[in-house]
Amino acid sequence: MSLFELIRVAFDALRVNLLRSFLTMLGIVIGVAAVIAMVTVGAGAQAEVDRQIQSLGSNILMVRSGSRFFGGARTAAGSTESLTVDDSRALKAEIPEIVAAGSSNRGSGQVVVGNQNWSTTLYGVDADYLIARNWEIAQGREFEPAEFRNGAKVALLGNTVVEELFGAGNVVGQAIRIKNVPFTVVGALKAKGQSFGPWDQDDTIMVPFKTAEGRLLGRNQHRTGSVRDIYVSVGDPRMMDYVEEEIAEVLRQRHRIGPNQQDTFSIRNMTEMVETRAEASQVFNMLLAAVASVSLVVGGIGIMNIMLVSVTERTREIGLRMAVGAKERDIMFQFLVEAVTLCLLGGLIGIVVALTITVGVAEIAGWPVLVQWPIVFIAIAFSGAIGIFFGFYPARKAAAKDPIEALRSE
Amino acid sequence: MAFLRCRDVHKDYSVGTETVRALDGVTVSIDRSEFVSVMGPSGSGKSTFMNLIGCLDRPTSGSIELDNESVSDLTSEDLAGVRNRKIGFVFQQFNLLGRTSALDNVALPLLYAGVDRPERTSRAGEALERVGLGDRTRHLPSQLSGGQQQRVAIARALVNSPAMLLADEPTGALDTATGQEIMTLFQTLNEAGLTVMVVTHEAEVANYARRILRFRDGVITSDTLDEARHVAV
Repeated sequence: MSLFELIRVAFDALRVNLLRSFLTMLGIVIGVAAVIAMVTVGAGAQAEVDRQIQSLGSNILMVRSGSRFFGGARTAAGSTESLTVDDSRALKAEIPEIVAAGSSNRGSGQVVVGNQNWSTTLYGVDADYLIARNWEIAQGREFEPAEFRNGAKVALLGNTVVEELFGAGNVVGQAIRIKNVPFTVVGALKAKGQSFGPWDQDDTIMVPFKTAEGRLLGRNQHRTGSVRDIYVSVGDPRMMDYVEEEIAEVLRQRHRIGPNQQDTFSIRNMTEMVETRAEASQVFNMLLAAVASVSLVVGGIGIMNIMLVSVTERTREIGLRMAVGAKERDIMFQFLVEAVTLCLLGGLIGIVVALTITVGVAEIAGWPVLVQWPIVFIAIAFSGAIGIFFGFYPARKAAAKDPIEALRSE
Repeated sequence: MAFLRCRDVHKDYSVGTETVRALDGVTVSIDRSEFVSVMGPSGSGKSTFMNLIGCLDRPTSGSIELDNESVSDLTSEDLAGVRNRKIGFVFQQFNLLGRTSALDNVALPLLYAGVDRPERTSRAGEALERVGLGDRTRHLPSQLSGGQQQRVAIARALVNSPAMLLADEPTGALDTATGQEIMTLFQTLNEAGLTVMVVTHEAEVANYARRILRFRDGVITSDTLDEARHVAV
């Protein structure tokens, strides 16, 4: 008998008991769907994390004013504004591996346009900030050197602010009031999308550092040029650790921190942080996929169970087939092909279910759909293997039946 | 020329620790195109005899030759081949596959003979014509009467052009009139040259045959030939 004939016979047998066949398949369907959905959703999440790393800017080190001892009491990180714009410039000047060192101050405030208003985060930034943080211009232009120098009343709007205040359309040249100070919009920033963490990166307005200090945020610590943090972008990712040490050295020198004294700043590798998070979620995903593959095995046991019942039920049929000339091999293959067909069909349905789930989740979470074809093929092969493994024993049992006994059974 | 030759055939079954002697030295030969009835009470060994003749089982000792081929010590795989090529079975309970059309039921032996699908269909159709069911090919067994179902089973037995038809209580599940029709069909087939062996415990059924073998306690006690019903070949 050819394989094609065997498959036909198997399909006929499965069609006779449609509901049972479907219920038997369900274990495999769920198993395959779970494995593929886990892996695919995991890949989508990973891609999203990668995109976030991109949106942070490439190879970013964040230098933040650290805590300081005040007579034994430690203040929170960032509460002392020990870093200055000059530090930022010095870093870039003294460490050639640094591509950009952008510093900023932050505060919040209300923006008014006509009868519209919106509360947002205000950033006072220097010339390197946009480069270091990988911000791009959607319309208009960046600040000009003269505007940084003079503290011009010009602003760049984040995408969310544009949408809230203007809807859509050209914002360049529009007049706005930030904290009651009139500003001119010179451009809008390209949307970065949701960042990792709860806040919306696009809900922002940027103004030149000097303007922010003089008009909006005031001076930190009554000290001109004091900044909250400095973002350093490194050209070569392999130089990250080296640059981190260099920054520490330069800053300790500039701030006159002795060898036994505590640093007044902290340096964090942002890329590394996000990657660590991604790794953790990857491990979690693999764990879920492993649990899901257990359900595949459980599904296989279900197939074996039903195949055993089926062999017992169809003893007379087996006897008859043997009487009209079926060899043991024919009977064995018939039941084996039936089990494998059940598993493969289950696997295929599982894949369809998984892809539906994946597209749904990706739609809701705003992730890309990244179908992992190797996993899809592995899942199909695996469900076929389960069919062979769990179908073998029932098929052997069917083939080993004595035709006389089988014909006599009820 | 003898078509079937049994020499001193014994068959033992072990039931628990005891050994039951089902056949205790059977020697018989049957010619081509004979119509033979096998009679005897239950436990007489007639079913065992039929299983051995039908190549469903092997004797404990003795030899069986079918169509000049010794079948007493073939492997179970070879036996399956012999059953497929040389023997057509008809059972008391018809043993048709439910939810499978009459045509596909009849074509089943051809599937195991490795015949391709178009030829299976045409030969199964012919076999159904021969038993008078040429117009019921698409019917399911559940849509056919008992007599029609048995005819389908006979068509299935005929489809591979076997040398011998083996029927085990073929009328047991049918009413008298239908049973007579089936037996008449056997007679017609026999007249066309087919060797037919019917196992039964009913004298009326057995009397359709020219030759009657009577079994008791594992041996043949009588072997009678009725010349009046002899069919010239």
